[in-house]
Amino acid sequence: MAIWFARSRTLVSSLRQNLGLSAIFIKHNYSSRRPVFTNSQLSPRVFLDPFSSYRHESTAVETHPYLVQQSDHEDDAQELDFPGGKVGYTSEMKFIPESSSRRIPCYRVLNEHGKIISDSDFIPVSEKLAVRMYEQMATLQVMDHIFYEAQRQGRISFYLTSVGEEAINIASAAALSPEDVVLPQYREPGVLLWRGFTLEEFANQCFGNKADYGKGRQMPIHYGSNQHNYFTVSSPIATQLPQAAGVGYALKMEKKNACAVTFIGDGGTSEGDFHAGLNFAAVMEAPVVFICRNNGWAISTHISEQFRSDGIVVKGQAYGIRSIRVDGNDALAVYSAVRSAREMAVKEQRPVLIEAMTYRVGHHSTSDDSTKYRAADEIQYWKMSRNPVNRFKKWVEDNGWWSEEDESKLRSSTRKQLLQAIQAAEKWEKQPLTELFNDVYDVKTKNLEEQELGLKELVEKQPQDYPLGFHN
Amino acid sequence: MASLLGRFCRKLVVPGSAHGARMVSTTSSCGSETVKSLNLYSAINQALHIALETDPRSYVFGEDVGFGGVFRCTTGLAERFGKNRVFNTPLCEQGIVGFGIGLAAMGNRAVVEIQFADYIYPAFDQIVNEAAKFRYRSGNQFNCGGLTIRAPYGAVGHGGHYHSQSPEAFFCHVPGIKVVIPRSPREAKGLLLSSIRDPNPVVFFEPKWLYRQAVEEVPEHDYMIPLSEAEVIREGNDITLVGWGAQLTVMEQACLDAEKEGISCELIDLKTLLPWDKETVEASVKKTGRLLISHEAPVTGGFGAEISATILERCFLKLEAPVSRVCGLDTPFPLVFEPFYMPTKNKILDAIKSTVNY
Repeated sequence: MAIWFARSRTLVSSLRQNLGLSAIFIKHNYSSRRPVFTNSQLSPRVFLDPFSSYRHESTAVETHPYLVQQSDHEDDAQELDFPGGKVGYTSEMKFIPESSSRRIPCYRVLNEHGKIISDSDFIPVSEKLAVRMYEQMATLQVMDHIFYEAQRQGRISFYLTSVGEEAINIASAAALSPEDVVLPQYREPGVLLWRGFTLEEFANQCFGNKADYGKGRQMPIHYGSNQHNYFTVSSPIATQLPQAAGVGYALKMEKKNACAVTFIGDGGTSEGDFHAGLNFAAVMEAPVVFICRNNGWAISTHISEQFRSDGIVVKGQAYGIRSIRVDGNDALAVYSAVRSAREMAVKEQRPVLIEAMTYRVGHHSTSDDSTKYRAADEIQYWKMSRNPVNRFKKWVEDNGWWSEEDESKLRSSTRKQLLQAIQAAEKWEKQPLTELFNDVYDVKTKNLEEQELGLKELVEKQPQDYPLGFHN
Repeated sequence: MASLLGRFCRKLVVPGSAHGARMVSTTSSCGSETVKSLNLYSAINQALHIALETDPRSYVFGEDVGFGGVFRCTTGLAERFGKNRVFNTPLCEQGIVGFGIGLAAMGNRAVVEIQFADYIYPAFDQIVNEAAKFRYRSGNQFNCGGLTIRAPYGAVGHGGHYHSQSPEAFFCHVPGIKVVIPRSPREAKGLLLSSIRDPNPVVFFEPKWLYRQAVEEVPEHDYMIPLSEAEVIREGNDITLVGWGAQLTVMEQACLDAEKEGISCELIDLKTLLPWDKETVEASVKKTGRLLISHEAPVTGGFGAEISATILERCFLKLEAPVSRVCGLDTPFPLVFEPFYMPTKNKILDAIKSTVNY
């Protein structure tokens, strides 16, 4: 009941007049268990409908006498000693409001027209770096488009795109050093692309052919490359977060000039591993940069159904972690934020949390049709007017670093390279059957040797039951 | 070599217990190696000291590990190796194992402690979906073989639902990890060192009942007992008994009683449940023609079922009787009813007799 009173200033003042509320507060010696207000003290009209406007109102809170405001000054001289250290006390009973009076602002550098907002803090980006960043963002776009189509044509079994999140993918990667160890969720192939994974290597994994470093064991998009310090993608959500804390700790112990960098979506922050990962990183003082891609959707679950907090950035402080909210569709802002976070993580040996605000323009994956749960014009709006690639392109073009000719050259050559990569990957030999049994352990165990022999015999006896091409 | 020494140089004493088990001590000379009379937690402690000493990139952590642990297995480690390598973690099993996987993936040895096997389940996703598949899914580009998860398991007389569980069966169903369960202090030290040094993630269940109860001569030096090798700890001709951990103590008592009635029992300690040594059990059953498996975990879906099915496949024509399983009941582990729930010596003895007289 006390919660409802936070929502309306007029309500409180009317109550004060009608019920002498402040009097109740000061005079009563109530036990901590008794509610502040009982039903009988309130007339029915003051009850809010619990389901009205609750879900979709802004999280702004009215000033309320029972709620702690940031500006309140407590009696600092009076302190209490508890296991966590000294804490001041107050005789006023105040609840911290469920949300701040204003949402944490979003750091951005470029406006929607690709112009730097005056007085922006940002780390300057050279022409060479900017052009490379733009090229990679465009390459990622083309790659996503072509692989998506390849799945539609039945040539690969599955795909998921990063459309709308190209700035997060590329700008974050550009801000890291190659020694930083990346633990992705699954919508960050741009980081691997930036680090030098070739279109052919991407294609090989998607086709699970003999050249796939993953040896054909996982679904498409489950890339991994030890050479590029990019841990292999796994489907379970958020499992990488506590692992990143361990990786960061390992780097700390080795005194490396490097940190762990791990990605998660808005949905993934609901998982227990999010709590585990942040808490461990904070307690262990591990150099980890947690990057949350808040793209508004976890498959069909909108963020309003995912959490009641002001997004993810506010959760950082709960763990004692420095945090920032950044416009994820602004490549320069993402670059600056990640670069700074990385420096802090390594120099100060602490975790940092970045919430990158963005929008998932594509469907969750090729197994999803997002028009079933969201408006087509919402998707269009973000695709056209809030496009991170176009926005950065404008800035790069305005600087005279990129032309339409460069653009068409890049897109057509990338497209060509991708089509060739797919054709080649499709034709590549399959993995030999023995790879089904390797790497379960470091050395094949007896039961696996027996099963391999048994399967070999079976395949020879009934080859029609099995797909072709998996010779040893 | 270690197992050979084990057979001749063992003196295992378990004082009278609720299970009615009382080991007969066997003494013999132990050659030139230095041994010390240790209980289980001290033997494990010694193994951890050696592991940390011999590999500077090894870490021990978990809840309350810093002061020595709730079972004293980690005594002295933080003082000796420093809080960077031996430390308390927040109370979060999924975090403990996840953090351990990350450390191991970077080439370190992470020996993590789960305070009771009963609390391992929050970490089940990290163990099954991550640790077990880390090498395979990456095409061997990455691995977390340096991860070892230790957890006390099993009945303790008063543990009830959440301090007595034997969850080994859940883990035996997961390709990619190993499951190891020692029966005694000497075995524990050697098996734990092997588990820590094995290049695969290992779940190591320690019979908490034996932490203080079991005392044995344990060599002081660094030695390892091989994984996936079962041991015939008592030879016999009429029936093969297979077990692991604390249950072997009970089974050994049943064997002694059976001997008085003229039944010769062969007792096998499986030690590693995944991957398990089928050959040793098969050879024994081919000799005796009878098999009895005993474990504390509930009988339905317990690991005894896997052993039974495999031996049936391999030894069907040699079997004189159905495979017998003497296990816990299909209930949550009860408190006041523990004496009724447990696979006791007499339950085993009855099963031995009915199998032999089938």
